[in-house]
Amino acid sequence: MNTAPLLAVDGMGKAFDGLIANRDISFVVHHGEIIGLIGPNGAGKTTLFNCLAGFHTPTTGRIAFEGHDITGSTPEAAAALGIARTFQIVRVFQSMTALENVMVGAMLRNKRVAEARDRAEEELAFVGLSHRADTPASDLTVSEQKRLEVARALATEPKLILLDEVMAGLNPTEVREASALVHRIHQRGIASIIVEHVMEGIMPIAHRMLVLDYGAKIADGTPAEIAENPAVIAAYLGE
Amino acid sequence: MTTGTNSSRKAMGTAALLALAAVLPLAITEPSQQNFLILMGAQMGVAWNIVGGYAGQVSLGHAVFYGIGAYTSTMLLTVLGLTPWIGALAGGLLASVFALAMGWPCFRLKGHYFAMATIAVAEIMQILVTNSDFLEGAVGLYLPMDRSGWGWLIFLSKLPYYYVILGLLVLTVLVSWAIERSHIGYYFRAIKDEPEAARALGVSLTRYKLIALSVSAFLTALGGSFYAQKEMFIDPGSVFAGTISIKIALIAILGGVGRLTGPVLGAVILITIEEYSRTLFGSTGSGTDMIIYAAMIILVAVFSPSGVLGLLGDLHRHLGRHLPGAKPAEAKTSAKEIRP
Repeated sequence: MNTAPLLAVDGMGKAFDGLIANRDISFVVHHGEIIGLIGPNGAGKTTLFNCLAGFHTPTTGRIAFEGHDITGSTPEAAAALGIARTFQIVRVFQSMTALENVMVGAMLRNKRVAEARDRAEEELAFVGLSHRADTPASDLTVSEQKRLEVARALATEPKLILLDEVMAGLNPTEVREASALVHRIHQRGIASIIVEHVMEGIMPIAHRMLVLDYGAKIADGTPAEIAENPAVIAAYLGE
Repeated sequence: MTTGTNSSRKAMGTAALLALAAVLPLAITEPSQQNFLILMGAQMGVAWNIVGGYAGQVSLGHAVFYGIGAYTSTMLLTVLGLTPWIGALAGGLLASVFALAMGWPCFRLKGHYFAMATIAVAEIMQILVTNSDFLEGAVGLYLPMDRSGWGWLIFLSKLPYYYVILGLLVLTVLVSWAIERSHIGYYFRAIKDEPEAARALGVSLTRYKLIALSVSAFLTALGGSFYAQKEMFIDPGSVFAGTISIKIALIAILGGVGRLTGPVLGAVILITIEEYSRTLFGSTGSGTDMIIYAAMIILVAVFSPSGVLGLLGDLHRHLGRHLPGAKPAEAKTSAKEIRP
């Protein structure tokens, strides 16, 4: 595993008209690492994602990806550099089939339609949706649509994938499948940051956990360390 | 693969339509005005569909490109004596450049605001041309009557014009078809469906919207040049008017946006109704076309936002469900049956 950090976030903050969503957040992500990002509702997890993926411009601090300063870059530039994401509320292309959705992702690296199709078929198989390839994306279940978003993101051949609550609303079997999927993404050498409320899904697979509360990072450690951290317990249970 | 059979069926359907259109003038040796209007309308609708349908950026100012095409080829012919073959190409390129210049600021606006901005641009352009001495203002421009033949695209009989507009329609359909099948077509649909998700996959919204608008503008301008060649006279009211913009958009929306055959079907329906109402009401009925446009917009909006094609698709599915032994009409239904 490469020792230089893949992603380095340094003192990053984001304010919306005086409302501070992220304050002074610093952390690093190494190649292939699985990072769990947790925190109570409104802690600033999605804002952090949006800053990393180029959807928001941070108000303070810097973000570096493989040594390049990407602070305030555009989403398309972030995607080209190798940062992919899914959305908390699924955003599949409704007028397309499942396969076509993934093809759009594959086209980032290969504009030839036939080759993008081959690539998309591989990614659909990877997330276990091959049997749904020709189904309109709007006809998939929510859980399938979430996997479709993962396949679409993987088709862009990312080095880092940001997964926003891919396990929410899944039944216990599906949660286990989702955990297994994240582990297989790790085995491909792709780092992931996973926003998740489903602890039994994220705790067993995460190498490290970041905990946000009121926009600030309050803990950063292994799942075992986090579970015993007084600040984390206070944030979740209240004092 | 359903996508493969769908597109080949679509291609065959289009080829059949074109073949029909090609042999039609052999049967009708003197093409009627209505035949021209349908082909011209279909060409404009297919061109508009590239940006308004596939990419989902509704322009209500396409007359600006139509007018630029008509005026550029006509000015180059009357002032420099340049053949309209080159003039139309120059008009198309000018319209594309204009589209890039207007799209750059306008695409910062979304949805209805973008549509409103295109109306404003087209209206301003019409006023500018009307007040331009260089372009003969409201008086308009006449094409020279002293030459004819394929080199000048001026003919004494109607039949050659019919083949020219048919050729232009074929070109426009082929360009659309090529876009639909390439990564650009996929990107357009992605932008229309979920712009933020498209960006996350590396699609530059501005770049691809500008591509859509400039290609559409180029083809629309060619239509404008054809109009000038056929009518031998243009003025701001005949090529820059707001009603032209509305008509172009309505043809595509009525037929069904985002599909190749939609605008062709829309042109057949809209122009036929329009022409019959014109003969029915005569000159007393000037303005009836506007009433018809308005009525059509309301009907499409209320009953079938996906146009006549969408309506036919619904009907097909409906019959498929209720007729015994009928096959399910759509992959949608069959896929559901495979995995409940």
